[in-house]
Amino acid sequence: MPLIASTTADHHHAAPTPAGPAPRAQLDRREHHSSARLLISGRWCMDTSPPEPENLLDQIGQAQELRELSFDTSALTDWDSTLVVFIAAILRVCATRAIACEIEALPASLQALLELIQSASGAHATEPAAAPDTEQVRDPAQSAQASFLVPLGQDFMALASATGEIMRFFGEGALAVQRLMRGQSRFRSTDFWLIVQSAGADALPIVSLVCFLVGMILAYIGNQQLEPFGARIYIADLVGLAMVIQIGALITAIVLAGRTGAAFAAQIGAMQANEEIDALRTLGLEPIDFLVLPRMLALILMTPLLTIYANLFGILGGAFVGTTVAGLTVSEYFVATGTALALNHLVQGLISATVYGAIVAASGCLRGMQCGRSAAEVGRATTSAVVTAILFIVIAAAVLTVLFQAIGLS
Amino acid sequence: MSKPDERAAAIEVRDTSLAYGETLIQQQLNFSIRCGDIFVIMGGSGCGKSTLMRALTGLLEPSHGQILIQGVDRWRTPSAGRLALMRRQGVMYQSGALWSAMTLRENVSLPLEVHTQLSKQQIRELADYKLALVGLAGFGDHYPSAISGGMRKRVGVARAMALDPEILFFDEPSAGLDPLSSRRLDELLLQLRASLETTLVVVTHELASIFTIADDAVFLDAEQHSMLTTGNPRWLRDHSPLPEVRHFLNRGEPESEPGMSKS
Repeated sequence: MPLIASTTADHHHAAPTPAGPAPRAQLDRREHHSSARLLISGRWCMDTSPPEPENLLDQIGQAQELRELSFDTSALTDWDSTLVVFIAAILRVCATRAIACEIEALPASLQALLELIQSASGAHATEPAAAPDTEQVRDPAQSAQASFLVPLGQDFMALASATGEIMRFFGEGALAVQRLMRGQSRFRSTDFWLIVQSAGADALPIVSLVCFLVGMILAYIGNQQLEPFGARIYIADLVGLAMVIQIGALITAIVLAGRTGAAFAAQIGAMQANEEIDALRTLGLEPIDFLVLPRMLALILMTPLLTIYANLFGILGGAFVGTTVAGLTVSEYFVATGTALALNHLVQGLISATVYGAIVAASGCLRGMQCGRSAAEVGRATTSAVVTAILFIVIAAAVLTVLFQAIGLS
Repeated sequence: MSKPDERAAAIEVRDTSLAYGETLIQQQLNFSIRCGDIFVIMGGSGCGKSTLMRALTGLLEPSHGQILIQGVDRWRTPSAGRLALMRRQGVMYQSGALWSAMTLRENVSLPLEVHTQLSKQQIRELADYKLALVGLAGFGDHYPSAISGGMRKRVGVARAMALDPEILFFDEPSAGLDPLSSRRLDELLLQLRASLETTLVVVTHELASIFTIADDAVFLDAEQHSMLTTGNPRWLRDHSPLPEVRHFLNRGEPESEPGMSKS
């Protein structure tokens, strides 16, 4: 037993003296005796790592005849919340085993704290549970170890429902366009032009860089494959056709998904979290008209324009490699590109770009509108917007390629 | 109970249930709000006060029953009628819910732009007048992010009043305000009622404010998912037959309980 300096019960959180008598709890009990005494001693604080109650609880649990438990804290030098939690755990077990506890021997302030948590938990028991937040309810299948088929199935269902959601959203967008045509819908034209600027003009540097590099990469690979056949001049065809038909639109759309789609989701999501969308609704303004429509229109307008620009830079990147690495002359390269390309290629690219632009805007706005009312939800909406956009861009690219083939555009 | 009154009902709630999907929030709500009254929706945290407010302002369709605003059920009205209802109501949200991409003047102007044919100059003057009413003259060109939370709330009030609505809804107007601002807001509400005969519906559990402003109130309960009672809060505090209502309105005193939630 450590020597006791004083029964310093009421000045917990005193000066931090990590050194001191080690915290100990010892059950003093005689066999077949109905009462026992719990000796609690030492400096019982967070920094002295007091013992856990399990051992003691087992002892109490094994003592069948035990009916009374008293406490002796005369050797306790200092204590903090760890002791409160420790005693509370013992009291809980004693309550279930009908063992009477004399807590009067405990320091007065410790007793007060114990009473406080008891009355608070009692009040919570009568207090009704808040309505469960659907977002917070975890699927049991995710926590328990489940077959790999479960997440697979869930992913598939999520994809199916996302497809439905985005289709419905396009439908609502179409109705909004109809209202716009009839002059019933209203959004602020300044909003529209701001979005045009931020989604279009401000994206020029990144689109130029990415497309120039992609053009270079295509030309490099083409050079490696075509060189053995002496067919280097076809680098121009390869780069030109790939960029104009598909890659230019695809790269632009992916850049926009990351830049603009994410921004849409964050803007609208933050508005949702801040009740701004509700404020629009109660004013009689449809958020679809006021927020989604300008964004959709701006992207449907700007994506094809950016794509033309992207095509140009891709071809320039190809030309750079073609002239420096493959040894073609500039005029050779551009003449070859010009003869390879036809109007139908450009049309394919622009139709694709328009569809991608609509997809990026719709997924950004959709995820923003679906956003819950917290900051964490805004982050999730942003991520989800980018993932949804890229997923549907790729699906649309595949579908469009087949479609163009079918109608003989390619 | 409060004395019978022949004034017309601004809002009638008839056997209404409110739910989010499968989760029932409130059911069997039956009360009416008289024209020109200040009506308070009260109850403990999580009992569905804000949900009821959403239903009253037309953001949530009741899962059962009817809510008549000036005799009209907005969910069974063609869109033109619904728009006319929107025109006659103003809503102030808990956080202010100002449109962050617009200046304060633009925030207050947008309702006027949507629902009136006034000229730009007139709208500007009206917006500045409303901002001055809430003590924010000269702040028209600021953005919501540049002002304090209390000021945002006041701009929210100005925006809600922009169209001189017949019914004003306030979601926790005094939450997060210092006692003086909170009291000033109460005075503003009383003034509004006196000068424009506006009907005010207020969600709050600020007791001081409830006793100062409320003519009538409904008390919602989370456990029973229904209303416990209606009536004047002062009267309910002293004479309600329901102990939980008296307990709430007396702040849990004298039989003080630490677990009494009042957030």
